Amino acid sequence: MTRYSAFNLLREGLRGHTGWGKAWRSPAPKSSYDAVIVGAGGHGLATAYYLAKNHGLTNVAVLEKGWLGGGNTGRNTTVIRSNYFYPESAALYDLSVRLYENLSRELNYNVMFSQRGMVVTAHSEPDMEMAARQVNAMRLNGVDAEFLDRDQVRKLAPLLNYRADMRFPIHGGVLQPRAGTGRHDAVAWGYARAADALGVDIIQNCEVQDFIFEAGRCVGVHTSKGDIRAAVVGATVAGHSSVIAKMAGCGDLPITSYALQAFVSEPLKPVLDTVVLCPPFGTYVSQSDKGGLVIGGGLDRIPSYGQRGNLPVQETVLAGLVEMMPALASVKLLRHWAGIVDVTPDSSPIIGPSGVEGLYLNCGWGTGGFKAIPAGGYLFAHILATGTHHEISRPFDRNRFVTGHLIDEGAASGIAH
Amino acid sequence: MQIFPCPFCGPRNETEFHFAGELGKVRPATAEKIAAPDWATYLYAQRNEKGLVHEVWMHLTCSELFVMERDSVTMQVLDTRSLREDAQ
Repeated sequence: MTRYSAFNLLREGLRGHTGWGKAWRSPAPKSSYDAVIVGAGGHGLATAYYLAKNHGLTNVAVLEKGWLGGGNTGRNTTVIRSNYFYPESAALYDLSVRLYENLSRELNYNVMFSQRGMVVTAHSEPDMEMAARQVNAMRLNGVDAEFLDRDQVRKLAPLLNYRADMRFPIHGGVLQPRAGTGRHDAVAWGYARAADALGVDIIQNCEVQDFIFEAGRCVGVHTSKGDIRAAVVGATVAGHSSVIAKMAGCGDLPITSYALQAFVSEPLKPVLDTVVLCPPFGTYVSQSDKGGLVIGGGLDRIPSYGQRGNLPVQETVLAGLVEMMPALASVKLLRHWAGIVDVTPDSSPIIGPSGVEGLYLNCGWGTGGFKAIPAGGYLFAHILATGTHHEISRPFDRNRFVTGHLIDEGAASGIAH
Repeated sequence: MQIFPCPFCGPRNETEFHFAGELGKVRPATAEKIAAPDWATYLYAQRNEKGLVHEVWMHLTCSELFVMERDSVTMQVLDTRSLREDAQ
C-alpha cells in the first residue's frame, strides 16, 4: 500500500499517477479464519480494522454479498453527532465522534469530517424548556452543547425562515459545535484500506447462505465462494439483521426494517455552513462540499426491504424543507433514494451475543448507523476478541428487552424515529 | 402514490392507510404468571420477514382493521381481507 502524503502526491503527479497500486487486495477466501465478519459496510470494516489494530487479530475476513459500502454506508446523509440524552448513549456516540475527530490521520485517508456544528431548532416556549433540558443533559454527560436564542440561531443559519407568521416560529435551539458531516464512502474505503494493510481479507461478491453449526455452536459460514470456518462470527448487516438472525436460528429480533429516504439537490453556491434539524417538520439539511443540499426526514411508516423512495414521504420531507427555508423552493433535486434501516423499539442499537454461541450481532442502529461507525466497530471488535462486553456496549445488549432496561432515545432526545 | 385495496371501501390512496402490526401476535394470558422472556417476545420480537408478509392494517377513513398480504420487497399487495373473517 502506498501511503497518501503530500510528497507521494507530488511524486506520483510527476510519474503520471502510475504507482499508487490498489487500495486493498481482492483475495480468495481461506478455508478458516480467527474471525469472520458478515457485511462489509462501515461497521463491518471498522470492526475488522479494530480487531487487527487493538486486539492483534489479523487472521480476519470480512464477507460482503455485494460491493464494499454499498448498503446504508453509501445511502445516509453523512451527519455525525452525539446530541443524545441518556448517559449510555452519550458514552457510545461521543466515543464515535472522538474517534472520527482523529480518523483521517489514523487511517491515512481523508474522511472529510467537517465539524460545522449541528443546530436543532426550538419552536415554542415549551420547546425552549426542553432544549435547555437537552443542553443540561448533554453537558452533564460530557458532550459539548450550547443553548441558543433566536438571534444566535439566525446568525448561524440566516437561510431559515424567521417570519413571525411562520407556522412554527423559531424561538431558539440547541447547538452541538463538534457535530458535522463526513464523506460516507471514504469512511468505508478508509477502514477497508487500513484493515487490508493490517492483513484482513476483504472478500466482495461473497454471499453468506447459511451458518455452520457444531454441537450447537456457530463455527463458520456457507458462502457462495465455499465454506469458511471461523472461531467467531460477527454479523453487521444493517437492514437484513432479522434475515441473518432467522438463518442462524437465534429467534425473532426486536427489529423492524424500514426504508429511510434521502435527497440531494443540484449544486448551489454556499448557503448553509451547519447542519440544521427542525423537529416540527421532521426535516434536516446540510450542504455538501460539492454544493448539493443533502436532505433527510423521517422513516417510512411501513416495514420494507425495498430500497426505493416513495411519493408521500418525499412530499412530507420537501414540504418541511420549503417551510424551513422558503428560499429553496425553486431548487431542483438531483437524486432521491432509500436505504433499509433496522429500527428497535427504543431507537438504540443492539450489540453483543446473538443467543447462539459463537455468533455476535451489531445491529439495530436504525436511522443513525453512519455516525456510530467508529464506535460500533471499536466495541464490536472488543466483543469478538474477548467474548465479553466493553463497559460502553454492555447497556446495549439484546437482553435489555427482557430486563426492561431500555435506552429510549426515541422518546428522550426527541428524534422522530 | 400506491393504491391499496380496502376490503370494505375498495381501492384507495396509500396515505389513507396505517400499518398496525404483524398478524398473529397473541397477548399472553395474564391469569397466570408470565415469564419475562415471554413478555419480551410478545412486546418486542418481530418476524420482520423479507418477501411475503401478513400484517394488520387500518383504513383510517373507515376505521376498519383488515389483513393485508403483501411483498415487503416489491410492495405488491397480494390480498386484503377482513380481520373478522380471520377471527372466525
